[in-house]
Amino acid sequence: MTAEQPHTAQHHTVRVNGADRSLSGVEPATNALDWLRGQGLTGAKEGCAEGECGACAVLVARSDGATGTEWTALNACLVPAAALDGQEVVTAEGLGTPTRLHPVQHEMAVRGGSQCGYCTPGFVCSMAAEYYRDGRVAAARPAGPGAHALQACGPNGFDLEALSGNLCRCTGYRPIRDAAWALGEPRADDPLAVRRAGSPPEATATRLEGRSGTYARPADLAEALALLAEHPEAVLVAGSTDRGVEVNLRGARSPFVIGIDRLPELRGLTVTTDAVEIGAALTLTEVERALAGRVPLLDEVFPQFASRLIRNGATIGGNIGTGSPIGDLPPALLALEAVVVLVGAEGEREVAMADYFTGYRQSVRRADELVRAVRIPLPLAGTTAFHKIAKRRFDDISSVAVAFALDVVDGVVQRARIGLGGVAATPVRALATEAALEGRAWSADTVQTASEVMETEGTPLDDHRASAAYRRAVLGTALQRLHAETAADAVGATHE
Amino acid sequence: MSELSLRPADPVVGQAIPHESAGLHVTGVALYTDDLTVRTRGILHAHPVQAPHAHAKVTRLHTGPALGVPGVVRVLTAADVPGVNDGGVKGDEPLFPSEVMFFGQAVCWVLGETLEAARLGSLAVEVDYEPLPAIITVREAIERDSFQGGAPRLERGDVDHALAGAPHVFSGELDLAGQEHFYLETQCAVAHVDEAGQVFVQSSTQHPSETQEIVAHVLGLSSHAVTVQCLRMGGGFGGKEMQPHGYAAVAALGASLTGRPVRLRLTRSQDLTLTGKRHGFHAQWRAGFDADGRLLALDATLTSDGGWSLDLSEPVLARALCHVDNAYWIPDVRVNGRVALTHKTSQTAFRGFGGPQGMLVIEDVIGRCAPRLGIDPAVLRRRNFYASGQETPYGQPVRHAERAIACWEQVLSTGDVAQRSAQIAAYNASHPHTKRALAITPVKFGISFNFTAFNQAGALVHVYKDGSVLVNHGGTEMGQGLHTKMLQVAATSLGVPLESVRLAPTRTDKVPNTSATAASSGADLNGAAVKNACEQVVGRLRVVASARLGVPPDELHFSGGFVRGPGEDQSVAWADLVAEAYVQRVQLWAAGFYRTEGLHWDSAAMEGSPFKYFSYGAAATEVEVDGFTGAYRLLRVDIVHDVGDSLSPLIDIGQVEGGFVQGAGWLTLEDLRWDESGGPTRGRLATASASTYKLPSLSEMPDVFNVALLERAHEDGVVYGSKAVGEPPLMLAISVREALRQAASAFGPAGTVVDLASPATPEAVFWSVRQARGGEQPPHTVPVLEGVCVVPEQPGAGARPLQPRSEQVAQDERVGQVAQAAPSSGGRG
Repeated sequence: MTAEQPHTAQHHTVRVNGADRSLSGVEPATNALDWLRGQGLTGAKEGCAEGECGACAVLVARSDGATGTEWTALNACLVPAAALDGQEVVTAEGLGTPTRLHPVQHEMAVRGGSQCGYCTPGFVCSMAAEYYRDGRVAAARPAGPGAHALQACGPNGFDLEALSGNLCRCTGYRPIRDAAWALGEPRADDPLAVRRAGSPPEATATRLEGRSGTYARPADLAEALALLAEHPEAVLVAGSTDRGVEVNLRGARSPFVIGIDRLPELRGLTVTTDAVEIGAALTLTEVERALAGRVPLLDEVFPQFASRLIRNGATIGGNIGTGSPIGDLPPALLALEAVVVLVGAEGEREVAMADYFTGYRQSVRRADELVRAVRIPLPLAGTTAFHKIAKRRFDDISSVAVAFALDVVDGVVQRARIGLGGVAATPVRALATEAALEGRAWSADTVQTASEVMETEGTPLDDHRASAAYRRAVLGTALQRLHAETAADAVGATHE
Repeated sequence: MSELSLRPADPVVGQAIPHESAGLHVTGVALYTDDLTVRTRGILHAHPVQAPHAHAKVTRLHTGPALGVPGVVRVLTAADVPGVNDGGVKGDEPLFPSEVMFFGQAVCWVLGETLEAARLGSLAVEVDYEPLPAIITVREAIERDSFQGGAPRLERGDVDHALAGAPHVFSGELDLAGQEHFYLETQCAVAHVDEAGQVFVQSSTQHPSETQEIVAHVLGLSSHAVTVQCLRMGGGFGGKEMQPHGYAAVAALGASLTGRPVRLRLTRSQDLTLTGKRHGFHAQWRAGFDADGRLLALDATLTSDGGWSLDLSEPVLARALCHVDNAYWIPDVRVNGRVALTHKTSQTAFRGFGGPQGMLVIEDVIGRCAPRLGIDPAVLRRRNFYASGQETPYGQPVRHAERAIACWEQVLSTGDVAQRSAQIAAYNASHPHTKRALAITPVKFGISFNFTAFNQAGALVHVYKDGSVLVNHGGTEMGQGLHTKMLQVAATSLGVPLESVRLAPTRTDKVPNTSATAASSGADLNGAAVKNACEQVVGRLRVVASARLGVPPDELHFSGGFVRGPGEDQSVAWADLVAEAYVQRVQLWAAGFYRTEGLHWDSAAMEGSPFKYFSYGAAATEVEVDGFTGAYRLLRVDIVHDVGDSLSPLIDIGQVEGGFVQGAGWLTLEDLRWDESGGPTRGRLATASASTYKLPSLSEMPDVFNVALLERAHEDGVVYGSKAVGEPPLMLAISVREALRQAASAFGPAGTVVDLASPATPEAVFWSVRQARGGEQPPHTVPVLEGVCVVPEQPGAGARPLQPRSEQVAQDERVGQVAQAAPSSGGRG
């Protein structure tokens, strides 16, 4: 790698490991992984083609939220190659060579972090992104003796969350953790560290014509709406973390794809006294950083939402736009009484989150509209919690998701809002349970009564993730768990 | 001490060095089979047409429309097969079937200029099916008497008599789940045919020689016309012992018919729906204990879920029967085994090869009976350990039984188990909503292929004129570090630095007739063969050095790149000696060979000494369970494991840790679900993707994970005193399941008995917690009965014993010859 100037956009090229490579003729359905491998860069691997295993992870230069650049790890299998037009990518091959290993590669190699080696380039890229994270070392604190693996930062500030989207079937992960926690600070002349000070590559408007279709990235919202009017059959793609799965696993193809992830009108975050408005095209990682703890309920959701690799790509608008019944954000947004701001040729309209979904992957959004923002009214409820019931703590899909937003004043529940995922064809509010709580004492008796109501919310199904009986049962225990946790907080008890 | 196990001074074996390819892995330059695709000009891509029925006759196959899809080059069907239309070694796996035997089975393969073209072509192929009734679960198979292969019985003493006199008799059942290998690299083969008709297949295979044999019999060729190479695998775990053969054969068939290279790589969903997995088992058992909890007798019937064809189901079953004792002395034993035929993928080898299933049965028995006997499970386990001089139920003396005790005692002390048990009790007393528990379980695992003939290996070692060394051997590298160990063995045997030795990819034209890299035996067998080859070269060099230095050959010492005599100035550099030997026309390469001595096994009687030795280990696992959801985490794991004198400690610790976590995955998260309904997708794998089949991620790693190798553990008669390591640690994870059971029971009053389904998903644990709190019997569990016992089904006297595979192989070859004489014959043999 050489220290680079900020990339001056040449059309239809991607700067990969410091050298420009042409994208001409790339199809809208071709993902970045297949494109890179076709270029002879076979370090990134396909392990699942749906963003679960991270073997395809690469580094992409993205905005750091201010003026600089951040090396962001993404699943190359999900991103359309065309979406990388004008961008900068670094793969495992670009970090180092067998005779000149990058510090991350060195630690992984000498500590036994690779066995079969197939997942390794992806781990190396995820690890490198965290290695270069601004402020990592400064924020370092020793992991306590009872530190939870989920939150554990190593003595060097390395957050293991960074590796939550990478699967290894050989090592059992211990040597990978040790490698991550052994990393020092990048050298001052490390070219990728130096690159962070420069501006990120601009997201320029582009249009790539392939044999089977077109990928277009409009310059602004007006152009996006015009394209949408012109191509009503077009598919809107932001982070492509859902669409990419459809393309790779279920053969979804579209002659016209509109990339809306970089539209400036969709990338703002504003806080007023009345509301927090979050631009639909901000990634979840960006939202988390920009909110900086302002919405505690969302801070509970983020670490449990898929993986860091997915959150680096997935947008808040996309999570609403796909309309999945088990997307983890909608239950939280329901509890927060959020409003979806839709924009179309005829202007904007606002729809309450509770009215947004109409059926399985169906919503009130018209084909000529897109989600511009999500607005969360202020002030927030005093007691919030997010319970995700899944098999695995990192990177799993919820069997049931429950979001609570309660106002308890003088021991009485003044207001209760509960959002549920995984118990119906759409995310739903637990209205009967809310009614059973409001106006009553926040007590074991009330919780017992309301829990029996909550067990009957929705119409859970039996599937491979969980039985209907289990889904009901954990709906029933969710309030008890919340009550136990708030009671524990009230007496100042700590979890060991 | 044997010559084979003796270590010289300053050995390269025993050094903790990274994997030989680590630098290539971390930089992304290590090549796997599919990475050859972009490097191969004009390559075609293969895509299957998968049947949408679990069981059906193919009544019409019309490939014409596919040929009209742009980019489609050819569709491969049964009519194209010049040899035998079969991808297995038992003659029951048609490569292009006329009868679909499981949901998603490939009925034909489309070749395209691009993968997209082949995929679109596969959608255009027209297939008509006549659906037939399908058997999906092992319980359905038992009800309908649907079995395949032999039904072995392992018996010692008089079980019925012993149970009649036992103070405590219990009976129960256990349904234990299978497991997907989920090697990160899916099955892949790249084939081409050269100008002389030589077929070259690069395959991600643990068993290149068998891949070669099957490619040859499908193509109607002799083995010498087919070469198979395996660069390395992105994980194998047993899933690439038998399963790669058919895909290699399809790629080779495509290459031979089109004259162009062909790539066949399964997507993850194809791999999940097409390839075999670990066998799920159903077990019925009765067990008798004396008043102190000593096991008196065990009567068990194990029914494995074989899937649609035999594959390795019989030897897997044999190993399950041979491990039902685990580390415990059971005076009177009767274990019956049988293989169910179900309309699912053909289940196959998976790390442990039936051992884990057999051992889980006895550990489940002990875990469930302990509270009923009023004895702490750890005490009950320890009380039943083998003592020196005792024999296994199949009659093999349990050598080094004291090592199981040594591992156990060391885990208790270094794991601080007594103190932590007290802390756990205090924690549980003050935490109504979360409970902790610690369980300790042992492992005793037999090393060698049960089938004696497979316990042989070859190597080819070249020393070039400049002193550099190139090693070929018959084993394959799947991440387990075999090549690293072989480099260390060669460097030690030749007395040269590690840097002087290189390893070449595994190829059937370098070392023929190899066994699978399986049964944990890779380093034992190939290491001894490499050492044998090196010693032949050293023996010749001794003569040259002896003349040059004036020292008797026996007094020369090869080490560190020098050959030295007893005197100060009696030394010659390795490279100089090699150069001199070349001039003297001394052969500088050698083929090495090894066969494991002292093994004997009667597979019909299930008697003998099939194992060279036993591997031992013990693990103590502490878990915490959340009573609201059944969610849990592993707080701490302490392991002591016996790998003999380790050849490569960094590699061996990696194997222990990785095996443990993989075993924990099998017993906890990993949950294969098949559609058991009567609907149109009956038999479909419902968990056919990475988003629905969950393996352990970093969040499942124990917070504290201490692994120690047993010290002073030299194993006589094995290469440099080492022991195998691949499979045994997987079964240390049974401690996780037992800890979860104990933690769930802690939600009830002292002495509470719970039943735990397998896998112990959070949901399963939740139902066990409910049971502990007075709820119902958890789903997928059967209560244990005391006194009034259920007698396990006894398969009829007419059941066929296991057939050694050698007989089957010989039979297949006859079939192959017939097929060659009459190329039109094919179909199911």
